Amino acid sequence: MSWQDQIGFPVLSVITFLPLAGVVLILVIDLLRRPAARLGADGAVEGAVRRQTWWPTTYKVISLATTLAAFALTVWVLFVFDKSTSQLQFVEDVMWVRRFNIHYSLGIDGIAALMLLLTTLLGFIVIIGSWHYIKDREMGFFVSLLLLQTGMTGVFCATDLVLFYVFWEAMLVPMYFIIGVWGGPRKIYAAIKFVLFTLVGSLLMLVAIVAVVWYVNGQGAGLTFDIRALSDVVYPYHLQFWAFLAFFLAFAIKVPMFPLHTWLPDAHVEAPTAGSVILAGVLLKMGAYGMLRFCLPFFPDAAVDFVPLVAGLSVVAIIYGAAVSLVQKDLKKLIAYSSVSHMGFVTAGIFAAIAVADNAAGMEGAVLVMFNHGVLTGALFLMVGYLYERTHTRQIAEMSMLATPLPVFAGFFLFFTLGSLGLPGLNGFVGEFLSLLGLFEYSHALAAIGALGIILAACYLLWMYQRTMFNDRGEAGVMPAVSLRDISPREIVSLLPLVVLAVWIGVYPNTFLDFLHTPVQYILQQMGPSIESARDGAVAHLIEATKGLF
Amino acid sequence: MEAADSMKIAVILIVLLPLVGFITTLLFGKRMGGKAHIVPVALVTVTAALAVYAFGWVFQHQEEPFVWDAFSWIVAGRYHASWGFQVDTLTGIMLLVVGIIGMLTHYYSIGYMRGDGGYYRFFAYLNLFMFAMYMLILADNFLLLFLGWEGVGLCSYLLIGFWFDRKSASQAGKKAFLVNRVGDFGFTLGMFLVLVTTGTLQFAGVFDKAETIGAGTLLWICLLLFTGAVGKSAQFPLHVWLPDAMEGPTPVSALIHAATMVNAGVYMVARAYPLFAQSETAMLVVMVVGTFTAIFAACIAITQNDIKKVIAYSTISSLGFMFMALGAGAWVAGIFYLFVHGFFKGLLFLCSGSVIHAMGGEQDMRKMGGLRTRIPVTFWTMLIAAVALVGIFPLSGFWAKDEILGGAFAHGYYVVWLVGIVTAFLTAVFAFRMMFMTFWGESRADAEVQAHIHESPKVMTVPLVLLAIPAAAVGAVVGWPPEAGWIHRFLDPVFFAVEHEEFEWLGTGGALMAVSLAVALLGVYLAYVLYLRRRELPERLAARVPWAYEASLRKMYMDDIYEVVPVRSTIAFSRFLWTGFDVHVIDGAVNGIARLWGWFGDRLRPLQTGRVHNYAFGILAGALALVVIVGWVWGI
Repeated sequence: MSWQDQIGFPVLSVITFLPLAGVVLILVIDLLRRPAARLGADGAVEGAVRRQTWWPTTYKVISLATTLAAFALTVWVLFVFDKSTSQLQFVEDVMWVRRFNIHYSLGIDGIAALMLLLTTLLGFIVIIGSWHYIKDREMGFFVSLLLLQTGMTGVFCATDLVLFYVFWEAMLVPMYFIIGVWGGPRKIYAAIKFVLFTLVGSLLMLVAIVAVVWYVNGQGAGLTFDIRALSDVVYPYHLQFWAFLAFFLAFAIKVPMFPLHTWLPDAHVEAPTAGSVILAGVLLKMGAYGMLRFCLPFFPDAAVDFVPLVAGLSVVAIIYGAAVSLVQKDLKKLIAYSSVSHMGFVTAGIFAAIAVADNAAGMEGAVLVMFNHGVLTGALFLMVGYLYERTHTRQIAEMSMLATPLPVFAGFFLFFTLGSLGLPGLNGFVGEFLSLLGLFEYSHALAAIGALGIILAACYLLWMYQRTMFNDRGEAGVMPAVSLRDISPREIVSLLPLVVLAVWIGVYPNTFLDFLHTPVQYILQQMGPSIESARDGAVAHLIEATKGLF
Repeated sequence: MEAADSMKIAVILIVLLPLVGFITTLLFGKRMGGKAHIVPVALVTVTAALAVYAFGWVFQHQEEPFVWDAFSWIVAGRYHASWGFQVDTLTGIMLLVVGIIGMLTHYYSIGYMRGDGGYYRFFAYLNLFMFAMYMLILADNFLLLFLGWEGVGLCSYLLIGFWFDRKSASQAGKKAFLVNRVGDFGFTLGMFLVLVTTGTLQFAGVFDKAETIGAGTLLWICLLLFTGAVGKSAQFPLHVWLPDAMEGPTPVSALIHAATMVNAGVYMVARAYPLFAQSETAMLVVMVVGTFTAIFAACIAITQNDIKKVIAYSTISSLGFMFMALGAGAWVAGIFYLFVHGFFKGLLFLCSGSVIHAMGGEQDMRKMGGLRTRIPVTFWTMLIAAVALVGIFPLSGFWAKDEILGGAFAHGYYVVWLVGIVTAFLTAVFAFRMMFMTFWGESRADAEVQAHIHESPKVMTVPLVLLAIPAAAVGAVVGWPPEAGWIHRFLDPVFFAVEHEEFEWLGTGGALMAVSLAVALLGVYLAYVLYLRRRELPERLAARVPWAYEASLRKMYMDDIYEVVPVRSTIAFSRFLWTGFDVHVIDGAVNGIARLWGWFGDRLRPLQTGRVHNYAFGILAGALALVVIVGWVWGI
């Protein structure tokens, strides 16, 4: 369905490039307001420019306005969205490079729609959250955030492989600067590590893209980069195997799956708050999104053969991430490792769904976990950032009893902590329940081990909460020396949408699950025959034997 | 049909009113200061009335339970769970317990918590608890039950750690939540298995298919669900959180950790009766765990000196009694005990709170004594509760306890019966040890504390008196005549297959009743001798068997074992994973590769000398090599 039939203007392009338009506007005004700046180091002019106190507020307002507009449009799109079909919607298609038949084409299905919502939601929330956070080269920071959002939105909307790849890579650059310029003491190490890890993956993906397109062209089908068209092709097994591996590695690094996760804690610890929120909230989701979009429908036979490995690694990630979280001393690192654990539920749910017939619940749960993790972990990172602005530390050992000076803050913090540990009634529970259920259908033993992760989640989160907010030091009951200001209205505004979503999805997740039924069915249909033959996989026998235990 | 409509409204209000109370109190309670209790207490009172109304409805419609799918909750793949409610006779009993005790505890708290810094917070949490508890008992499917189940767990966490500025409190709250999570782990897997096997989580749907489930699967389902019950109802080995939970304010101990939440496990097993009843092995496990817990906890209770700890272990023991009953097939007796236990144990806790209040916060019974005349209302009500607990004719506990023991005997579990009798004896000893140490003898408190001893205000004592009435009488009212009382007929639709034995006053039944009564009286007499007449005896006894005394005092070393085995080993293992594996192995490899490239580049650097003749030599060598290679390839 194209945009003409649905909304009357190319809405996806508008949502994607609104932040970029904001950047252009900011840069133009910035150039206009300092006419003499280019003439050289004239101290007087520089001083005059610096005294323009209206300017920081202006570029922040522009940033907020563009991201809010993008969010509002996304909500509109979700209202118009037809949930009964798995077809791509709001489709735009313009020829881009005629020689190679590369299109500028956008379109979303239900999965992409939810990711789009998450992206634009966190997009404006981090703008609010960073209002006073950055002290140095502030304008550049907001420009980077906006550029980043354009890149991320593009990734979820693109339906042309080349366009997808361009957005995928474009998004790296602003993130690199966000970590590398506005980060903590080891920012350079973290930024380079982040970029190198991702680049290794994306280069593998590039090779696989070329291989896939080359094969299709060689079959006489002509040159195409259209993702849906390419996913309908049946590839020979050896190509499936290697191309799957290349795509999978690229996405597994992004998720990140154990043992490719070590860039994440470093990146999170060094990144400024907004960077962490976007990183955990949106960037990680791209890995899982990529698996759903490419690994499964393109290479169904290979994907099914890899199920035992991926499901096993996912469960390892759940337990490993949780265990390592338990002993972290830095709040951000703790939440970073908990992300490894939570994303384990995602990959487990996705791959369990293709191992057993009629197991859509696992995949729907996995996508819901993606969304929930964005909401909850995004909120937790925001709050840790707010805490850092007050205490100037993230070391758990340096905090205690903060619930006394910060009662409202402690209330919000508890709320998101509980959501994150999977309290029924909040969103975290629904997703994890469904994805674990999917895993259970595949293997009782793996699901049982995965469920241990839920115990561990309660351990590390409640212990963390006790050590920071309550007294865990006995009689001494160290009170923080500084008098702290409780949460501010601006901070509450940034958290409220997330509170609403957490409760909404917890109480009535169908609003969101409804978006997933048809696209998940579509993926499973494309996988169809492979799922039936899943039992023939060589490694599967081993799991089969494990299942025999139950 | 009209009645059902009014029930819909009632059920919705029962669930929503406490939630509204929670939200409003949380948002505006602080501004209301000392008046923060008005909204939550009023709402809970209305809710209690509605609960009684709902009970009345079931009373009239015993054969056809009220089932209502309000709206769908989770729809994914081929599964479906809904916000569905169910009120049958079992729910009716629970509604009475929760509604009445919940309301009285709220009133009592007005006096008990007066002046506390977190006054509004306390009532907010208490209302949230009522919401979750009602949800738990009204749910018509396992998943919604689990929502209430976790909800009450959360409130328990919040209220145990209510005074979070004390390390012990924040520690105990966390412990309660985590130990319960271990049980929930089993419960969750049990739900998965139910769902995968029967395709639904709705009680009616599952139970309809109960007979088609294979024996092995059924056993697994029952055991996994029972794991959840072991956590929530504090059975061995997951009982360790309950004694620590006494860190919470005493009304919380009464409401959550005696009368309502801890019964959730018993309720759930009774609810899943069609599943359990079909698996003999599962029933046996339930009975053995219950029986063992009953005597195990009684052995610990007998040496504790903290008045609340004594009652806490007594609660664990009582819950064990209930599981013993369920496992032995005496389903109605188990729920009967749950019903009366809620009243007398809740009362016992509230009275202990009144004692602590009078003693200015002192909980150590060694520093009490002689309070009988100083706080008479508390004394008399607590005496009623204790006599009811011990099970002396004609108070409530007597009827219920006797049915359990009679049930075990009738089903041929003579060992269980014997253990039950011993437990009953120990219960009599420790309950009256507590009574004698607290209320009789001379006061052992400091002069300063002595001067301040006072009876609690009306707002606390009136609920005590009101609770004392059911604690004394309800057992005889609903349980008379034995084995055929009203409660049996009332619960028949739920436990449809339970056969009723004819009770013979002059046969086995009467004899068993006489034995259990005699044993209870003997226990009271022993306590009288040991703790009032010859008070040097207990010490000499303890010196005789120091290991036994020490083990009992140290709670059978359970906490020490847990400290080492799961806690420290998990942390040590996690440390190893992080510093050993994550930092050294994985990142070691990553940084190693980077360093390798650096090293490689370093080695190559000398090539770039900047001297022209070096480069000229390179060009020449390269050209020669090319010629050789090309020549070799072309085969010249």
